[in-house]
Amino acid sequence: MLIMTNDQVKAAADFFTQEIIRLAGEQPLRLMEVCGTHTVAIFKAGIRQLLPKTVELVSGPGCPVCVTPNEYLDTAIAYSKNQEVILVTFGDMLKVPGSTSSLAAQKAEGADIRIIYSPMESLEIARANPDKKVIFLAVGFETTAPLAAATVLMAEKAGVKNFYVLSAHKLVPPVLRVLLMAKDTRVDGFLLPGHVSVMIGMKPYEFISDEFNTPAVIAGFEPLDILQSIYMLVKQIQAGTPKLENQYRRIALSAGNEVACQTLYKVYEEADAQWRGLGNLAGSGLAIREKYRGFDARSNIPVTVEVTKEHAGCRCGQVLRGTMLPTACPLFGITCRPEHPVGSCMVSGEGTCGAWYKYGAGRWQG
Amino acid sequence: MSCERIQMAHGNGGKLSHDLVKNIMWPAFANDILGVMHDGAQLNINGARLAFSTDSYVVKPLFFPGGDIGKLAVCGTVNDVAMNGAVPLYLSAGFVLEEGFPIDSLKRIVASMQHAAAEAGVYIVTGDTKVVEKGAVDGIFINTAGIGQIMDGTRIAGQNARPGQDIILNGYLGEHALAVMSERHGLEFPQTVVSDCAPLNGLVAELLFVVPQIAVLRDPTRGGLATTLNEIASQSQVGIMLDETSIPVSTAVQAACDILGFDPLYLANEGKMIVFVDKEYTTEVLRIMQNHIYGREARVIGEVVAKPLAQVGLRTGIGGVRLLDMLIGDQLPRIC
Repeated sequence: MLIMTNDQVKAAADFFTQEIIRLAGEQPLRLMEVCGTHTVAIFKAGIRQLLPKTVELVSGPGCPVCVTPNEYLDTAIAYSKNQEVILVTFGDMLKVPGSTSSLAAQKAEGADIRIIYSPMESLEIARANPDKKVIFLAVGFETTAPLAAATVLMAEKAGVKNFYVLSAHKLVPPVLRVLLMAKDTRVDGFLLPGHVSVMIGMKPYEFISDEFNTPAVIAGFEPLDILQSIYMLVKQIQAGTPKLENQYRRIALSAGNEVACQTLYKVYEEADAQWRGLGNLAGSGLAIREKYRGFDARSNIPVTVEVTKEHAGCRCGQVLRGTMLPTACPLFGITCRPEHPVGSCMVSGEGTCGAWYKYGAGRWQG
Repeated sequence: MSCERIQMAHGNGGKLSHDLVKNIMWPAFANDILGVMHDGAQLNINGARLAFSTDSYVVKPLFFPGGDIGKLAVCGTVNDVAMNGAVPLYLSAGFVLEEGFPIDSLKRIVASMQHAAAEAGVYIVTGDTKVVEKGAVDGIFINTAGIGQIMDGTRIAGQNARPGQDIILNGYLGEHALAVMSERHGLEFPQTVVSDCAPLNGLVAELLFVVPQIAVLRDPTRGGLATTLNEIASQSQVGIMLDETSIPVSTAVQAACDILGFDPLYLANEGKMIVFVDKEYTTEVLRIMQNHIYGREARVIGEVVAKPLAQVGLRTGIGGVRLLDMLIGDQLPRIC
């Protein structure tokens, strides 16, 4: 692997920055980074302030916690009240407010909720607690869904009967299509999530330029990857030749990871899915196939879920569609802060509002 | 959302922990000494300047690469006392043991405490042992308190940061948190990460003997470097500007953080210290640190600036500048 020195990184960054400034011109450009990891990386590296004022970066619906609707959280919260259930989840989900409670609050009340770092840990918990039903909260995009699928296959192979999945997995390409068709979203170019592309390759994104004449670049996550991808987008826009490019070639192969995709679709099939702020989108999620229904929490463990309530004043929906910047939300940083989030976008470290707040948007006085 | 019960994030050293102390402990116990808000109290008893500190240890698992709860219980408190510019002298040790806890494990932990105390040159002079029913604690919890003598001619406090001072760190960040984490969750990283848990009082004494002008000393434990620097910026009402490329993070820690989505600047350390000192003493501080076993990788990571007040900024490798906030939320529970 090529390791660059600090000076080389700085020099390359200066080159891309100058080229972006030279090419950008007077016309305002609106680029959307779809993935929460990109949102964070852009802030962490301080990329916004290197760009000319005419190049605006908006965040899209690519943070799994953000797009998970209240109804899903309410279901998880309802399960957590069942004495026979152990909920296992990635830490991010804990603080997300549901309609009237959160998993963190339930945990403090005594619910058995455990934080894991790999879905495989849930199988160990299931084995160690044979009299309990262990439910894994499966959220995330094409990146994490294959792991959840592999865990189901492993559970089947090992004969673990008390492991279940509460699935809210989502797919990236269908939601991009919805954004491109929406009247209120204007995006001049997409920075596409490199992690997702590692799994699904390039083909599922071809419609962005083919059907909607919009440039798109599959981008890596280092500061230089992102600067270079912005440069590639601006160059495409100015040349008037929208196409799909892959900046992340060192990791994301154009064919994707076929083994992971096979595992994924062995267990899951495409299904309609509910997105926060975007509603029910056809074919945008994943449901467990008939053959593996025995691992599906909803099909096997009865639960009564409270009536869903949305949070008054929360603009997560508009933020996720890229039609409102987090700082324009009247709750941002006032009643909605990471320690007391009103909407899901403020919760996760990769949440759009959470990242904007954490890295000082509207607060940094330097 | 119900906020009426303690949540795990109340104990992580970040924003919620601060709120808890500020809203519940501080109003009840308010006094001038507590108000200084340092790692311990600085006392004046009949002319003797003493530092006094306490901490409870609940780390899970009890044994991890580079240490165990016993070593941690000694080093953690020794370091808190030392960060007051003091030579730690005596410790107390309180044990809460769970019914059914293996005596052999207790022997290992106690031996480790004695080993760490010997290295630090302190004596454990008083203690207490309680046993509770199975399930009332998780194996063993240990509380230690320590007392030490503040070195003559030193005046260390979180309020003493001033524009023009350099900020010096003694080595790599994040090793303790990741070592505990990987052991607890059975994670395998590309390279094994070993806890940096170590008594820093020897290094502190050497530094203060030669450079008593050091203004601030702090160990970035829970909440990591970012949270500790925010506390100091706020206490001193100054700005802090860090240089990202000078902050030492090992490739092993960076690789593990990339996998887990953690930021090394927020990970707990148990053998790291931050020194604020006027620039004219920087070379001397670096020389002493780099010649000490616990300071080989010491370097200047940033400086104190006049503005922005009470904020920490980070100059990134590509030339951007951004806010470095204190830890919010529950990055990693029970790491100390």
